[in-house]
Formats: sequence, C-alpha cells, structure tokens
Amino acid sequence: MRLTVTVNGTEYTRDIEPRLLLIHFLRDELGLTGSHWGCDTSNCGACVVWLDETPLKSCTMLAVTADGRRIATVEGLARRGVLDPVQEGFKACHGLQCGFCTPGMMMTARWLLDRNPDPSEAEVREAISGQICRCTGYENIVRSVLWAAKHDGGEDSSQR
Amino acid sequence: MQVPAQVEYEKATSVEHALGLLARYGPQARILAGGHSLIPMMKLRLVQPHVLIDINALTDLCYISLAGRELRIGTLTRHSQLLESEEAGEHFAILHDAERVIADPVVRNWGSVGGALCQADPSEDLSAAFAAMKGTMVIRGPGGHREVSAREFHTGPYETVIGPGEMLTEIRLPIRRGGGSAYQKVSRRAGDWPVGAAGAAIWLDGDVIADAGIGLAAVGAAHFAATEAEAFLRGQPATGQTLARAGEIAAEHCRPVTDQRGPADYKRHLAAELTVRALRVAVTRARGQAS
Repeated sequence: MRLTVTVNGTEYTRDIEPRLLLIHFLRDELGLTGSHWGCDTSNCGACVVWLDETPLKSCTMLAVTADGRRIATVEGLARRGVLDPVQEGFKACHGLQCGFCTPGMMMTARWLLDRNPDPSEAEVREAISGQICRCTGYENIVRSVLWAAKHDGGEDSSQR
Repeated sequence: MQVPAQVEYEKATSVEHALGLLARYGPQARILAGGHSLIPMMKLRLVQPHVLIDINALTDLCYISLAGRELRIGTLTRHSQLLESEEAGEHFAILHDAERVIADPVVRNWGSVGGALCQADPSEDLSAAFAAMKGTMVIRGPGGHREVSAREFHTGPYETVIGPGEMLTEIRLPIRRGGGSAYQKVSRRAGDWPVGAAGAAIWLDGDVIADAGIGLAAVGAAHFAATEAEAFLRGQPATGQTLARAGEIAAEHCRPVTDQRGPADYKRHLAAELTVRALRVAVTRARGQAS
C-alpha cells in the first residue's frame, strides 16, 4: 500500500507491505541507516526515532501507521552542517564506544533536553532507561547528555 | 530478523469505522493500538491476524478527564499521558506509582492503556491497579455500549470479555471520599515485568477502613484481585497489625507459579509483603499525609 511520510523535512512516498516495520522502512526503503536495528523486541532502543514530537521504538511500529506524519531520525539532528549540542556532547565526552546504541541514545537525549533543559543526572538516567549500551558506557553517555544541557543554545527543535 | 507474517491493513478513521471493520472482517481481525504487545507476538507467530485495524489515528480516544465524581481514561491514552496527568495523580496516586515502573519512557510514549488491558497479560500492572480501584470498562459494539467491572473484564490469561465486533473505548474510575492508593512492584531490572506487584486502594471513615481494593499482578490472583483480604479489611481499624494480616490473606489466596522470574514461594512472599507496603502507603495517603 501507498505510504507518504516526511522524514527529516523531506517527503517520501513508497509502496510498501503493511507488515513492514518502521525501522526497516527507514533503513531499507529510504537508505537512512543511521537508526539501528537491534534487539527487535523494543528493549534496546537503538531504533528510537521521533514520530511527530515523540520518540518511540521503530522496531515495534508498522511504517504504515506513520502515514501522513513526520519522522525525525538521527540524520536530522545536525542542522545545516552544524552538529546538535547532543552530538557535540557525545564527541566531547566520549559518549560512544562501538556506536551501535548512539543514534537512539541521542534521539532520546534531544527529547529530554527539549522538555527539561537542565536535567539532573538521575533524570538523564531515567530518560535513557529504555536504551541499552552493550559496551556499558553509561557513565560517559550521561556525561555527554549533561554536557549538551550546558551547551544547548535552546534552539527550537520542534520543527524537526 | 523478526517480522510479522503478511497481514492486511485498515486505518480506522472513527470508532464507528473501527466497529464496522471489526464486523466486516470478523474474528481474524485485530485492533492495533500501541502494538507493543501485538507486534512482538506477531513477529513470533504467536498470533497471526489476517487484518489489522489501526486505531492510532483516533486521537479522540486519547484523553483523561474528570466527569462528576469519576475519572475517565480513553482507551488510546498513552502510558506517558497517564503518568503526566495531574488529575490522574491527584485522585489516583496508584496510577502514577504504576506508570513509573511500566516499561521505559520511550515505550510508554506509544504503548496504550487500553491495549495493555486488552492484552490481558497476567503480569500487567495496570490491570492490577484498575482492579484495586474497582474501575469500570466501557466496551462498544454493534449493539451500542456496555459497562463491565474491571474485576470481570479479564477472564483468564490473555482473555477478556470483549466479544467479536467489540472494542474497549474507556476506563472509568470512581472518585470516593477518604481514598488513598499506592502501587508496589518488584522486578528484576528497570522496566521489566514484575516478579510480583500489588496495588492497594483504601477508603477511610475516620480511622476505620470503610472499603479496600487490592490488586495483584504476576502472582496468579483470580481477576487480579485479593477479594478475601479486602473483605477482612472492611470495618477494621487501619493499624499495622491489620494491614499485615491482610497481606497474609492475600498471599494465601493467590496461586503463583515458578517461572524464569522467580520461584512460587518467593512470589507468594512478595504478594504478602507488597500488599502490606501498598496498603501502608495508601492509608498514609488517605489520611492526607501524602508521602
């Protein structure tokens, strides 16, 4: 069936099977491989993307459900070649080792900071509690998000 | 790689449209709400509906509102909405207690309240919470709507009273004077299903327990409720001793089974201990000393 979605500001129309999961639509149909396909069971959070203003796990959602709506992926975090403060934070604080969990971590971190610009460490840990880093690099991930909070310009990201 | 089997897809544009689609496709159709139980089960071929009726566009089913002395929750309300609702938290602290420990923040953004209840997993937290609060489920079908008590809604593991052509549309919780409620859960790790969990609602008349509701998840309690313990509490003073005895009674009447989350005797211990803890907090809250 026909699906039209706006991903990172660009509209795409594709004919897909209803059973196609959003993560596979993004990666295989659109070639946006920044979002990672991990556990397949909505536990690991590597596949987190935004549907309109809300992050969710794209391995557990049909692509057709997103018809007519907006999707934001990690590819849309940087604006006009300038990294998002969250991305800068992961760079500055070594917030990734293998990098597999990173796209989901960053999409959830961006959401947290949009809602809570000055989170405590506990709030950061709670926000990313649905995401697994199998390198166990949580300390640096939390530091990265806190770094981003300090350096966030308060840019409105609701139009992503 | 886990993918669902081939399935037809219909996007409902209204409750009436969804009901019409249910009538047209019959028992081979399933309603798709948040899908956080249904889609994993489809991936594992535990269910293979021929048609999915997607109700995610029915945003008029996403609401939490006060109507008289009643809190009404639309079936498509996301877990995160319930957790963020001041009205829900003010009148039913148990809902916020439970939502804080259901899955994780990102899953809560899409998983729906009605979907969780209709999934009827014996370990599901909200089923126990709504049983404790003696809520009412509103079910729409071809012949209009009917109301079913939360305690009659679940007929067994993964089974509810929802018949062919019907769908859950709303949950109603009565707001009664002197009430306090709480939820206590033990799980193996953050965001996991409970090893055992207990919800308690207490309505005080002075220092006497006028009525009590106890909901249990994951410990094999019939209809998610500990009715014998509730009957014991009615008319008793809200003392530590009384609450402790209620916990023992709740544990005696549940039938936990040993599984990968823990042995039966440990779950029975949890049923007693968590019932007491939830009752204690509920009483404190009912006395207006919210902690």
